[in-house]
Amino acid sequence: MLKKLAGAFVPLLAALVAFALGAIMLLAVGADPIEGFRALISGAFGSSDRLAVTAVRATPLLLVGAGITIAFRASVVNIGGEGQIVSGALLAVIAAQAFPDAPPVVLIPLTCLAGLVGGGIWGAIPGALKAYASVNEILSTIMMNLIAIQLMNYLLRGPLIDPLEIEAGTRIPQTERLSDNAALPIIWNGTRLHLGVLIAILAAVMAWVILWRTPLGFRLRAVGHSPDAARAAGIPVKRSIVTALALSGSLSGLAGTILVFGSESQRMVTDGSSAGFTGSAGFNGIVAALFGGLHPLWTIPSSYLFGGLLTGATHLQRVLQVPAALAVALNGIIVVFVVSSGRARVWIERIGNARSQVSTATPEAGHSEDPANLTEAQS
Amino acid sequence: MEFFELSVLVATIASGIRLSTPYLLAGLGETIGQRSGVLNLGVDGVMMLSAWFAYWTVLEHNNIWLGMLVGLLVGLVMGLIYAFITVTLGAAQGISGIGIFLFGLGFSDLMFQTKVGTPRPLRSTLGEIDIPLLADIPKVGEALFQHHILTYAAFAFVPAVAWFLHKTTLGLNIRAVGENPQAADSLGISVVRTRYLAILIGNTFAGLAGAALVLRGGIFQPNLTQGLGFIAVALVYFGAWRPTGVMAGAILYGLVQASVLKLKILQVIPRSASDIASMAPAIITIVALVIIAGRVKAPAALTKPFSRH
Repeated sequence: MLKKLAGAFVPLLAALVAFALGAIMLLAVGADPIEGFRALISGAFGSSDRLAVTAVRATPLLLVGAGITIAFRASVVNIGGEGQIVSGALLAVIAAQAFPDAPPVVLIPLTCLAGLVGGGIWGAIPGALKAYASVNEILSTIMMNLIAIQLMNYLLRGPLIDPLEIEAGTRIPQTERLSDNAALPIIWNGTRLHLGVLIAILAAVMAWVILWRTPLGFRLRAVGHSPDAARAAGIPVKRSIVTALALSGSLSGLAGTILVFGSESQRMVTDGSSAGFTGSAGFNGIVAALFGGLHPLWTIPSSYLFGGLLTGATHLQRVLQVPAALAVALNGIIVVFVVSSGRARVWIERIGNARSQVSTATPEAGHSEDPANLTEAQS
Repeated sequence: MEFFELSVLVATIASGIRLSTPYLLAGLGETIGQRSGVLNLGVDGVMMLSAWFAYWTVLEHNNIWLGMLVGLLVGLVMGLIYAFITVTLGAAQGISGIGIFLFGLGFSDLMFQTKVGTPRPLRSTLGEIDIPLLADIPKVGEALFQHHILTYAAFAFVPAVAWFLHKTTLGLNIRAVGENPQAADSLGISVVRTRYLAILIGNTFAGLAGAALVLRGGIFQPNLTQGLGFIAVALVYFGAWRPTGVMAGAILYGLVQASVLKLKILQVIPRSASDIASMAPAIITIVALVIIAGRVKAPAALTKPFSRH
């Protein structure tokens, strides 16, 4: 029984310790930790308005996170969420500018498709480099992030800049206000809750369906489990790697579309860094996916938790003047705790086994569905 | 074209060498860690933390050397944490490195905003030291022998690290546990202790690299490194896990960066295209990774946690 408990206990313990460290950070910057956490929670979930904002903040994390689970299940690490969000958003902006007068029923699916394609391309490139040139995908996806940022800066300062910015001479690097027909409609009156929130949840469910209910998903998981065995079974391993990263990237790209067309300004804006546009969703999505046990459906509540953390941190900054960067630091700590908990879990399991005296049934260190082992198997 | 005038070229080379310093320091440290079989993707975060604490120290005490020491110590502490996570707990190295990166990015930002707020330049920064006689050689002296102390140190570390890895017992042990930890273990080499030491040394280098950034630039701002630490990790692959290879890569990056800057200033490349030119380091890295992959062998146990069972 302890073994079963360990599954839920370890991540919870990790989260608790992470929050204890969060309290220490609050103390370090001279804020009362109890007041801090109260502001964090009320800021995230305290009113219908705040809840809506949390859902909106969780949306890109969920899409990136669901994409990450697909890549990880195929044993591919995708650190390229930032770049994929940006490239998806850029292609969606171009699509919206090409057909500004198309009705919403046409334009919204079109921009979503453009986001999927843009992010998919940005994911497929490192996928192909890994499959056909054995380039480490962790490094190539990071480099693709750096390239995407510069591409965004170039396009938003040059070809895609709002003509009014040139006329006025202010030259803020942003697009014009894009067609209202592409705007994601608000689905909860009086709040910022828009259609993108539903699209993301649907996409996460789709990711689960693809992974566990289709032959494609079976192939991806087989490749993730053992490339050699998959090859022997006639599964095209190289193509599966490209597919995994392309799918993963496309979900991030869709997040890019939603960031632009779910925003009040209906523009894409850059401050020169990627975080200025993405809010670091490409990294925070990894955190959400890991915390959700690399399962697309568990990534849904997990993203809402981290979306809440981000919204709460914004509130914290307003109320207690504690910079929202606290959330980024906390996310880092949580990542470390979640990926470190694998061996701790084995220890607890071992104690559990000793107690219940089923010494004959020592659990294998690496059962296939344990995400901690999946991520350990990287090379 | 003005860029190709001798004096401009010399100045560009000098600035390229200077810009290569943090890449080289961080890359050498990462080389030592990876040779022991541990990938540290958190370099960028460690650099930001040490840069912040070095900056804050100098801001408060106006003592560059104290700042440098603090930068080193921050690297050491982060090394201890990272070794505990990856060696003792056996966590996945790629992802835990991203955790360290996020923590460094967020925590340095948090501290900066609460303690300083708006960027204030340091009153004193690392100045150039002319190497006697050599600095007086026309052109060559200006390009190579009028640099700050950490630049000299970084280049001096290249043969030192090569010697360390190949001629000392610890160096040999590091390479042994990076290639075949089981065999090393059966010979009585402690894999855990060796990897701890390699990570500690490597992160101290990263700490020094972070200190070099602020002590030379004289300013800290959130996300100071802008991915520099990640490029340093790529440089290790690029340099085929050899200190001299890493040095070649670091110089290349420094020169590319300096040339892009110079061409922007001279308005050879139009302002609008300068963002495109800034893609160069990342594109070169990808091309280099394609060329390197399959030709050079990484340490066989790289990223594989060790356990006796």
